[in-house]
Amino acid sequence: MRQMTITEKILAKHAGLREVAPGELINARVDIALGNDITAPIAISEFRNIGAKKVFNRNKVVLVPDHFTPNKDIKSAAQVKLLREFAKEQKLKHYFEGGDVGVEHALLPEKGIVVPGDVVIGADSHTCTYGALGAFSTGVGSTDLAAAMVTGEAWFKVPESMKFVFSGKLNKWVSGKDLILRVIGDIGVDGALYRAMEFTGRAVERLSMDSRMAMCNMAIEAGAKSGIIAPDAVTKEYVNGRAERPYKFYSSDPGASYVEVREYDCSGIEPTVACPHLPENTRKVSELRNITIDQVIIGSCTNGRLEDLKVAARVLKGKKAAKYVRLIIIPATPFIYNEAMRLGYFDIFLKAGAVISPPTCGPCLGGHMGILAAGERALATTNRNFVGRMGDPKSEVYLANPAVAAATAVKGRIAHPDEVSK
Amino acid sequence: MKLKGRVWKFGADMDTDKIIPARYLNTSDPAELAKHCMEDEDPSFAAKVRPGDIILADKNFGCGSSREHAPIAIKAAGVACVIAKSFARIFYRNSFNMGLTILESDEVYGATDEGDVLEIDVSTGAIVNLTKGRSFTARPVPPFMQELIKAGGLMESIRKRGFV
Ligand code: SF4
Repeated sequence: MRQMTITEKILAKHAGLREVAPGELINARVDIALGNDITAPIAISEFRNIGAKKVFNRNKVVLVPDHFTPNKDIKSAAQVKLLREFAKEQKLKHYFEGGDVGVEHALLPEKGIVVPGDVVIGADSHTCTYGALGAFSTGVGSTDLAAAMVTGEAWFKVPESMKFVFSGKLNKWVSGKDLILRVIGDIGVDGALYRAMEFTGRAVERLSMDSRMAMCNMAIEAGAKSGIIAPDAVTKEYVNGRAERPYKFYSSDPGASYVEVREYDCSGIEPTVACPHLPENTRKVSELRNITIDQVIIGSCTNGRLEDLKVAARVLKGKKAAKYVRLIIIPATPFIYNEAMRLGYFDIFLKAGAVISPPTCGPCLGGHMGILAAGERALATTNRNFVGRMGDPKSEVYLANPAVAAATAVKGRIAHPDEVSK
Repeated sequence: MKLKGRVWKFGADMDTDKIIPARYLNTSDPAELAKHCMEDEDPSFAAKVRPGDIILADKNFGCGSSREHAPIAIKAAGVACVIAKSFARIFYRNSFNMGLTILESDEVYGATDEGDVLEIDVSTGAIVNLTKGRSFTARPVPPFMQELIKAGGLMESIRKRGFV
């Protein structure tokens, strides 16, 4: 039999085939189909347009209005209302609003809605996050979501795989975010176009689940279809007690083929920043001098998880954000929010002069809760720094990990965490 | 199907936030979205573009978010076709699913200026720059995608397969 990658094995299984090869077009069963307040309204209207009456499985269609919530204006309220009414009508098991809502890609793994071995599609490009659990997951548009809501299937071209092997020990303050920024800096924003990025090696095995999610989250920033990490003991510990369905661990065969293999020694990777206006414009934080910052955002589906808030709290403990810097911290889910409060991080954040936002995408996409004026500059733990991403087209966004973000808030300019905390 | 239109040229890595900024995504009304098409790259685009015009771009057009609002905004602005050296994956998929004509070609970009008039035969991929008198052929559309177009888009194809 063909030696297959983890991605090929999951896709073959869901297509009911013994084996698949890159380039092959398949129809695969989807375990979860996800939509949000931006993408689901179009999907719902297409669903109705063809006369569909019922979703294929009420447990497997998930709606998370997280982008403009709590509703920022009348139009966004109308979009969310559409989702809520659809969720009620279809008796969807997973619909989240108010105090239950969190950023979708933090919420779904946390609640055990997505599990290892799944095929997941989401009408949101960062659906690739769940690769961290050893699932095949990819972003699609609203029409694909509508189709999956009806059929429980989606068509895919089996992607070629690219392997990234990380060895060595991570430097202080370096996390999954820095590893993925380094990769994107090397291969560019279309360096993995149409491909699956498989992250392996001893250093990845030692990464926490939160860091793994940050890595897979940004696979799309290299143009990839998906990112994936083979499940292991860390995965098992994460999913135990959460998974709401049986799960399966897949792994790549030793003889599986890759279009490209790239090796990284983590000892050479420092805290990294992506400069405006593309995630590929990466620099070592130590190379960036005197870049003053008006706003720091710690949050999003990339870095709004508990580990991220923990490291931010470590840097901010006993410190204050510089005068004229807005520090906004957005725990990604209600659970993370509650934990951060219980662990005392909120005290540290509030003493540092931070605004603590309810879970939302908010400023990450320039929605609300921290929009930039022309000429303003932000450093954010989010994943995109495109023109106008966080507000005015003449504003700028720098991307970094939470430790760099916290240090930057204290200094009022892009700073290395060592400058602030020992 | 044949198209003929004026060219608007854009650079590489035109992300979906440039095509339709997220601040306008609190609606999915095509006419509303069309008003802001390409706004963060060229604020005057929506006012200048005429029905039947063509967007010509460098590599990786439509990178970034999965928002189908991007091809919807382009189509509703009247653009008949987007030609690029390459497309980001989700944008490519969305365009076929919702019926925006897109073609891939490495050569047209360098040989065409803004304002040139192109004639395109969508079924064969033949592209003629009428202004400069040069001909090109776009990369063939994969048979699976052609089937999807023939069926009238993804949702129609599902209906025809008897799912509803
Ligand atoms: S946090 Fe940002 S990148 Fe993540 S889903 Fe929300 S808007 Fe998209």
